Amino acid sequence: MTDVLIRAEGLSVGFQIGGGLFRKDILKAVNNVSVTIEKGSFFGLVGESGSGKTTLGRALLKAVPITEGHARYNDGEVDVDIASLEGPALKDYRKRAQLIFQDPYAALSPRMTVRDIIAEPLEVMRLTKTREETDARVREIAAKCRLNLEHLRRFPHAFSGGQRQRISIARALVSGPQFIVADESVAALDVSIQADVLNLLKQIQADMGLTFMFISHDLSVVAHTCDHVAVMYLGRLVETAPTRKLFAGPRHPYTKALFSAIPSLDPDDRGKAQKLTGEIPSPTNQPPGCKFHTRCPNAIDRCKSEEPQLEGDGSGHEVACHRWKELLELTPA
Amino acid sequence: MSTLIDVQNLTLQFRTDEGLVTAVDNVSFSLDKGEVMGLVGESGSGKSVTAKSLMHLNASNAVYSPESKITLYTDTGPVDVLSLRRPSELKIVRGGAVSMIFQEPMASFAPALTIGKQMVEQLQLHSDVSKTQARNLSIEMLDRVGISDAGKRIDQYAFELSGGMRQRAMIAMALSTKPKLLIADEPTTALDVTIQAQVIDLMKDLVDEFHMGIIFITHDLGVVAQTADRVNVMYLGRLIEEGPVRDVIRQPKHPYTQGLIAALPKLEDLDAPLTPVPGDIPSPLERPSGCVFHTRCSQIVGDMCSAKAPTERELDEEHKVACHLYSDLHTEAVQ
Repeated sequence: MTDVLIRAEGLSVGFQIGGGLFRKDILKAVNNVSVTIEKGSFFGLVGESGSGKTTLGRALLKAVPITEGHARYNDGEVDVDIASLEGPALKDYRKRAQLIFQDPYAALSPRMTVRDIIAEPLEVMRLTKTREETDARVREIAAKCRLNLEHLRRFPHAFSGGQRQRISIARALVSGPQFIVADESVAALDVSIQADVLNLLKQIQADMGLTFMFISHDLSVVAHTCDHVAVMYLGRLVETAPTRKLFAGPRHPYTKALFSAIPSLDPDDRGKAQKLTGEIPSPTNQPPGCKFHTRCPNAIDRCKSEEPQLEGDGSGHEVACHRWKELLELTPA
Repeated sequence: MSTLIDVQNLTLQFRTDEGLVTAVDNVSFSLDKGEVMGLVGESGSGKSVTAKSLMHLNASNAVYSPESKITLYTDTGPVDVLSLRRPSELKIVRGGAVSMIFQEPMASFAPALTIGKQMVEQLQLHSDVSKTQARNLSIEMLDRVGISDAGKRIDQYAFELSGGMRQRAMIAMALSTKPKLLIADEPTTALDVTIQAQVIDLMKDLVDEFHMGIIFITHDLGVVAQTADRVNVMYLGRLIEEGPVRDVIRQPKHPYTQGLIAALPKLEDLDAPLTPVPGDIPSPLERPSGCVFHTRCSQIVGDMCSAKAPTERELDEEHKVACHLYSDLHTEAVQ
């Protein structure tokens, strides 16, 4: 059994969106989610916009406050409760957990050289004492991300999307983190470059033994990079499984629909996709029962009133659907 | 089938502080009525600029070469698009016979006007209808693209609609003038995959119903495979491969097209390594000599690729490729 780096139980993140003195309207962006991320794994988080995947990633970094539940981080050196972190312990956690943003054009300051961008975390966290030490560290990380000395002197505008994303990755790595949340890190890149950045992330993970949470809406990208995938819908976890198990036999009707909606490269597959009707409901006005029942082709009366809980089959494949066993028999594998 | 739009030797440069920048380099293609063409390429390949020239919509610092010619065949006869100057003449390619759907539906609607006001305004500009007729027609179109409760939605603002709904409204607006040619610039890129599937379906239905030509600009080959009849692949302002969708996707000939397809993560084979196209697309300010792709190409044929730009060559009647691998020069060199 491998070590667990992050164990979240019943995690919820709520934002107050209105109300007044006596009434509070809370939007639960993440609702009662439990995840276990093993050390050294590539954990994928999938869902449509509004599913709460970004909020969950940020909650684990304590970039947004956790309103309910617990999340433990244990890398062997420190063992902390993420929800209650503050003061020096929180500063220490910032070194250990880092974020790579989605848009490499917006994430880099246009007025700083690449060297200064990568060095900033070291200076802010006072990880290095002298300028020489900082430079040495910056060069070491830049080389890992395939940036050369010439690149370090330039400003971000001189770089293409793929190179910018490598700069963002270098900045995230420079403090020597154990846990990295990559939020849609290849979504803004062209396909020809996307593969390059994914390969780089995989290589860094293997070389440095890091743990990644990889947030994406693109299932085929997740399938190729992650060891374990969790699917979110409207703040809930609806299915979680090792990648191969999930892709070989998705069990939740939502996961199935997501798979089916990926445009196939075969022109003769036209019209074969199983289409979901409607859109993800607003998080402020969530349906009762199973959150997916309004769009589910297999919904029955029970789904409208009773919310399903995650149910495992002992192999690490868990699904939150009342009818998954029944549906499994209906559609032979 | 009759030709809808014919583009010949389109070359377009932008005047900038750093000199003339070539965005489109000698591109020729044509589109038939009722045909869907996919225009594929990465950012900076010139696909959006090409599409915008069909509406004569590029910025004022754009310089078209004298050889460039775009002819639109309308019901009232052919129109030489690039010679249009006055707004009253340009109307025909800007919302009249040609409509465009933009990538970011939030940025394409005016935020301070209701959806209905914008739809009615453009309908009245392009056709001779009363305000009430225009409004009724708009409601009908919104209903047609699957917006429920269209009579109520028409008085809402863009921010009140979800992303998928906004894109539907955009499509409804573009189609309400009954254009002959629809240009869709990355219409599904900003949408979730389940919504993307809905929008693709909708567009396919609409082609059948209105029998218009569509130019579908995208970087997603999966989307192209599901929508287009023919594919044009662009790289750094050049058309490098064109042909029927099955041929281009199943037997890509140009090393760049092959690279694009190899770089796609495939769900059928999770063990297959991801192979990126090496390097980055060069800046248009530093266009490579000879074949524009030679700096990233893995199948270079001697010095020829950096010295001489390949001309387009027909592999069969419909499949064309611009690459020295398939040129006579190469065959001679091998012999």
